Formats: sequence, structure tokens, C-alpha cells
Amino acid sequence: MFYGTELNSRLMLGTAQYPSPQVLRDAITASGTEVITVSLRREGQGGDAFREILRDSGCRILPNTAGCHSVREAVTTAQMARELFDTSWIKLEVIGHADTLQPDPFALVEAARILCADGFEVFPYTTEDLIVGERLLEAGCRVLMPWGAPIGSGQGLRNIEGLRTMRTHFAGVPLVIDAGIGAPSQAMAAMEMGFDAVLLNTAVAKALDPVAMARAFGRAVTAGRAAYAAGLMPRRDMAAASTPIFGQAVLA
Amino acid sequence: MISVLGAGVAGLCAATALSEAGFAVEVIEAEGAPRPASLLAGGMLAPFCEGESAPDVIVTQGQAATDWWAAHVPDVQRRGTLVLAASRDTAELDRFARATRAHRWVDPGSLEPDLAGRFARGLFFETEAHMDPRAALDSLRATLCSRGVAFRNGTPSGRVVDCRAMGAASSLTDLRAVRGEMVEVVTPDVDLSRTVRLLHPRFPCYIVPRGHGRYMIGATMVESAHAGPITARAVMELLSAAYTVHPAFAEAEVVSTEAGLRPAFPDNIPSIRRIGGRIHVNGMYRHGFLMAPVLAVQLAKMMTEELAHAD
Repeated sequence: MFYGTELNSRLMLGTAQYPSPQVLRDAITASGTEVITVSLRREGQGGDAFREILRDSGCRILPNTAGCHSVREAVTTAQMARELFDTSWIKLEVIGHADTLQPDPFALVEAARILCADGFEVFPYTTEDLIVGERLLEAGCRVLMPWGAPIGSGQGLRNIEGLRTMRTHFAGVPLVIDAGIGAPSQAMAAMEMGFDAVLLNTAVAKALDPVAMARAFGRAVTAGRAAYAAGLMPRRDMAAASTPIFGQAVLA
Repeated sequence: MISVLGAGVAGLCAATALSEAGFAVEVIEAEGAPRPASLLAGGMLAPFCEGESAPDVIVTQGQAATDWWAAHVPDVQRRGTLVLAASRDTAELDRFARATRAHRWVDPGSLEPDLAGRFARGLFFETEAHMDPRAALDSLRATLCSRGVAFRNGTPSGRVVDCRAMGAASSLTDLRAVRGEMVEVVTPDVDLSRTVRLLHPRFPCYIVPRGHGRYMIGATMVESAHAGPITARAVMELLSAAYTVHPAFAEAEVVSTEAGLRPAFPDNIPSIRRIGGRIHVNGMYRHGFLMAPVLAVQLAKMMTEELAHAD
């Protein structure tokens, strides 16, 4: 449940870097996603034609502030996004480092506070840091989006124990793994851990066949969620026979 | 009489092919029409490299472009394309190799001595070519003039073939603009003889030699119809990519910066469309020099058959 919205698909897709809008549209359909993110910082007011294609997809649009490095840039971009897409949803990114694209947690919390007070429903792109997460909730966020790994790196869940702790710590809060996912197995692992959704872009957009990869991710996310709901067996450090040995002829 | 609207690469190729097919042709350039985006193009004839993200139809049909250009304009450089990546981005090079064909691994320094020792390996697309787009378009225009094709403004007097790129957007509702930005530099310190593409996960770029130390560095791809001047960010990205290829680019003189709008259909494939009595050749996207000759030849064939049918 994301700000009162129930989704059937727990995969969210970014819309950058696809070979063409047509391939993007086909990938959206193949993945089954209902939420797509779109950046505005670079495209600006002149990006109407592409945004119209995104609106036509029928998906809920989660505009983002990708490319913003300061509170002011992020807030301005969010306000522009609200006007352009008529949505209060905003994926808040405040980049702290141009090379790793790591979020700046201080500016992030400040921007989140301003935007929540202004009526936005904020999806903050953050790290797995618990205190930053708490501050974001205090600021008014009702969803957290911890990174799996740096944006576009395809490294998967780089700090899996940290993410596990975060999942336990924020038991009732919708958590979306955002960024760093490179393979369906990594998305599935996140879902098996109980994360509420996964957001990714490059792994699909830059696949040799983006549409087929989108389908693969859609299935992996569904499978991971189903596995989580079904209750995974605990790990053991010894073999445990699934058939009782009693009553069998044991030759020793 | 056929009236070709627009004198960018699509219009001039169409006029050339139609004239060669025996049609009487005129080219209409509207007064105040924006300068054709094709004047700002890289002028690469690189169907295999484009196959990294373009569909197979571009790769397959685009292969005819080099011979077409060589038959129509001077100075088509059949030097191939060299694809490189900085050492931290070599995974991009492997991906590019998987996504394309007609290449082989090379030591970049063996092809371009100025790059010796800078890159451990590169991909060489030997059959690709490049040319100067402005010289090529000037040359097509001169040939058309010498064949008696009139260039004028005003009302078209014949059957309309509309090649006006974004100028035709009101009749082509799914046509959109994809902004491109480029920089031209001059330096005596770097000597490259073929197109060099530098792969990068965020800002890939290419460097096309124009001769006499002049290089075109391009090009951004922004989903925007804003036609304003190049952004500082684009300049930084393009120049830092060039600097990665060769640090001596830092001392080059920046002689021009440009921004233009590529017309594109949703599948980014250039095509011929009929709407009412009008034929459109549009959506050249980043494949103008590659696909305009292909579409022009198709168009001429189509109109010749049509004429035969009408008789």
C-alpha cells in the first residue's frame, strides 16, 4: 500500500535509456508494471511529447527529481512535476555525489520535510541507514526507497544484512528497493526478504532485448513476493532428509 | 512535377533519387524555416554500431548508404569506426560487442597511433564510413541544380513530398523532437583518421574527424523539443568524453557549439507515410545520413510504379 494505493504489480519501472518509446511501451506491457518513473530535470518543459507517450501507457506516473543536487532544485522540480502530471507523488532524489549518485541524506530529509508539508506524497531515494529512515518518516514520508546499490551499477543488494535489518526495523512501512538491481534473481531476493516492491531501469532498458528482460523481471518479482507470502523455510547448516528414515531397510 | 518540401538530408536525397528516376522535381524551402538538423549531424555511416540500440531494419537497410553516398558525393571516408571505453567502463565494451556485429577486437593504437597506450582494446567496425554532412549536402544541392532542379520558396506546383522534419509535425501527430547537442573543436595536437566512439554508461559520445585538425564531438539525446543553445552540462559531458579519448583535446579551440531537433516516430525508425495526397518522408531520428538514401530509393520506386499504374 503506497499512500493509499494498492498495486497488483510490485515492479516499478524507470523510463530512461530505452532504444525507442515503442520499445519502452512494449517493455511496460511485458513487465506488468503499474507504476513508471520519469525524470524532468534535463528534459524540462520541452519534453511534452515524451511525457504524452508515458501518460498513454495507462500506468500511474511517479515523477522523479533525478539529477537534482540541492534542496532547492529538488523542490522546484517536484513542483513542476506536480503541475505537469497532476499527481502529488514524487520520487525524491537529491544526489550527493556525481560519480556514485549516492543520495545526500541531509538535503534529502530537508527537501522531504518541505515537500510533505506542501502536500506531496514523497518516495525518498535513500540508503539503508536506519536513522535517516526515521528522520524521513518524521518529515512525513510514508514510504522509503533504500538503494540496493549505486544507480545503474547492477550490483544487486550490496548490503544485504543492512537491508534485512532495515526491513525488520521498519516493519509496517512500505519499503521499495530502488537502484542497483541488475538481474531478476536480485529483484526476487529483495521480494523474498519482504520488501514491498522493486524499482529499476537500466537492467531492463539496456538489456539486449528490453521487452524480454522486462517480462523476466515481472515474473521474478511476482515469484519473490509469492515466496515471501508462502513462508520460506529457515536455513540449516546440516542436511535434513525430507523422508523419515524409520521403517526403511538400513544396511549398516 | 514533384515538389519536395525541405532541403535537409531527407529532402535532398529524395529530390536526387526522384530526379534520377526521371521525374521533374523542384525543392521548396520555406522562408524562415529552421536550418536543417542534418547540417549538425555526425555524418557517420555506421549501421552496425547503430545496431547497439537500433532495430535490425536500420542495420540491414543502412548498409546500402555508404555506396549511395560514395556514388553521389566526394570524400566518403571508408575508414571504419573504432569503439573504445575507459578502463573502468570495459564492461560497456563487452556489452556493445554482444549487441552488434561485423566487428573485431583490435589494439586501438595499431589503427590510430595517437591512441597508442591509452586503451588496452577496442572494437573495430571495418566496413563503416563517415563524411562531412555539410559538404555532402552542398554537393547534392549543386548536382541537383546542375540537373535543372529549381530551389525556391512559395507554393509547391506539383505532387508534394514533405520532408520538413519537425515542420510537418502538425500532420504527423506521433512525430516528436529529440534534442541533440554537439561541439566542434580544432586542435593540431590530436590526429584521428576515423570515427571514434567512446562508451560510457551515462554519456556516450563520438568524435568524427573533419580533416585539418577539426573534430565534431556529439551528440546528446534529450527527449525535448526545446531548440535553445547547447547547455553547459552537454558541453561538459561531451568535452570530458573527448578528454578521456585524448587529453590533448583539453587544449583544442572550441570553434562552434550547436543544438538541433531530430524528428522521430515512436519506434525511432525513419519512414515514408502517405497522408491524403501527400507523401511524407520523416522521422529520421539519428539515422538521417544512413536512412535518407534508402528511403529516397524506395520513394522513387514507389512513385515510378504508381505512375506506371496510372498509365
